[in-house]
Amino acid sequence: MQVVVCIKQVLDPEMPRSAFKIDPKEKRVVPPRGTPPVLSPFDENALEAALRVKDEHGAKVVAISMGSTLAQAVLRKTLAAGADELILVEDPMFQDLDSFATAGILVSAIRKIGDVDIVFTGRQAADWDSGITGCAIAEELGIPCITLARKVEMNDRRVRVERLSADGFEIVQATLPCVITVDSALGELRQVTLQGLSAARKKPLHVWKAADLHLPPLPPRCELLDLYIPKRETVCEVIKGETPEEASARLADRLHEERLL
Amino acid sequence: MASMTDRTAVLILGEVTKGRLSASTRELIGGGRDLADTLRSKLTLAVLGDDLKATGEEAIACGADVVLLAENPSLREYQADAYLQILERAVDHINPEILLMGHTSLGRDFAPRLAYRLKTGLSMDCVELSIDPGSGLLRMTRPVYGCKALSVMVCRTKPQMATARLGAMRPLDPDATRSGRVAAIDADIDRSLIRAQVIERVDPYEEGVALEDARVIVCGGRGMGSGESFGLLEELAQLLGGAVGASRPPCDSGWVPSTRQIGLTGKILRPDLYIAVAISGSSQHMAGCSDSRRIVAINKDPQANIFSVAHYGVVGDYREIVPPFMQRVKQILGVRERDDDT
Repeated sequence: MQVVVCIKQVLDPEMPRSAFKIDPKEKRVVPPRGTPPVLSPFDENALEAALRVKDEHGAKVVAISMGSTLAQAVLRKTLAAGADELILVEDPMFQDLDSFATAGILVSAIRKIGDVDIVFTGRQAADWDSGITGCAIAEELGIPCITLARKVEMNDRRVRVERLSADGFEIVQATLPCVITVDSALGELRQVTLQGLSAARKKPLHVWKAADLHLPPLPPRCELLDLYIPKRETVCEVIKGETPEEASARLADRLHEERLL
Repeated sequence: MASMTDRTAVLILGEVTKGRLSASTRELIGGGRDLADTLRSKLTLAVLGDDLKATGEEAIACGADVVLLAENPSLREYQADAYLQILERAVDHINPEILLMGHTSLGRDFAPRLAYRLKTGLSMDCVELSIDPGSGLLRMTRPVYGCKALSVMVCRTKPQMATARLGAMRPLDPDATRSGRVAAIDADIDRSLIRAQVIERVDPYEEGVALEDARVIVCGGRGMGSGESFGLLEELAQLLGGAVGASRPPCDSGWVPSTRQIGLTGKILRPDLYIAVAISGSSQHMAGCSDSRRIVAINKDPQANIFSVAHYGVVGDYREIVPPFMQRVKQILGVRERDDDT
């Protein structure tokens, strides 16, 4: 059994707003100096889902990441956490791609890996927040896709997934192979241990270029016209008092004045 | 089937909950009406379900010109592979310029699949949709980077697809004198093509005011420290006739059910009053509440981002702020303290 988990490196989403800059001409975010990228948080949840399948069923876990310039040191975290192999699909031409082109390239890599039973992705990436790639991978491979998983169980060649719905959750079944997109409700990625770090050094890491893959044509479907930081005009009225009681009472009075109670 | 002489430039996939068009669908019809008028074309709504007798009339009153209904007992609940079959056929036939759906549980799951099948582009979770006067293309504005930035996209392929965030568009006041046409469309489903089966739906019944309907929301964050501490927020919400929500960390920690999550990946709401308690105010959380009429922040960290987005703030430990705040609110509202409670 073999599972693939797709990992995107992103600008740290926890970075302060003040450090977030855009180059308006290039319509690109300017990464602040000295701030390394991180694994997209939902992709960490996806890796955890994959590692749980490994724990319970002895699957081999292959992490793949795609981009124009990948930070190996950051992506090695997947190996340290327990993935068996890391594939970096890296080429200067893999820049500013839309979700469908991204899915096309990832599928070429998944086909090259061969015999994949489950593909895990995060529900959406922390930079463009689209949540398209997982479904597009499944469509391209012609296999089912279950989105927003919070629990994944496997039995024989079937998966049973609890997926988040608007008012609760649903239990969805599918036969393998399939794609599963993972929500943070599944649980955080396990801690990286010292043993994990030293084991990671001996694990295989491959770099595949565009020429190594049988890429389909990837015409852009959307065009970015503008990227900008919206102006914010809110000024917070901080309500003070000699004691917490006094401040609290003043807050209540202020809201009453504004007819908000 | 819609006749080919009715040029439909704008097609909306509608949703029905409890026999009525959902709030998101009514908004899409309102916004779609403007887009269709700008393009001098008809606005068509397609709805899939098992009993849609009242839907046609309601949709026309809300602003649709043509309502296409696919009725089949198997369509009672959303299943991606069943919906794909019907929508692929309908879009092929109607050939719209623009195809919109709500950024709802259904839209998030369905739009990417349909866009793939239609070989077209898609913008998810748009907050603004308008027609570019020069090119006549749909300008799709959506927040990116956890809502730190806005992007504007156009789609070079047809139909131009987008999902719209709740609140991005305005519904029209229903007008029963509006006229339109209701037609049935092919609702046949090849069941052998349904690969992922929903075998059970679990909607935990929750007491009190639903978050979506609440005019006042009290929301707790990581700083609440435990599930038990949300009891205090329940009391406050009850006092104000509101509902309790949470940011992502309390949901991921299992303190609060994930259906209560407010934020980019949870619910996106716009109550009159939003009281954020022990919430740092990450942009991913603020995506879910920044359109509230008034935001109140209670946080012990004066540097917390929440104070740069709230209208009113009190710096302090919520355990020392919320109880006296409630006491004062009771005085103002004339709620008498019950002595027998102590």
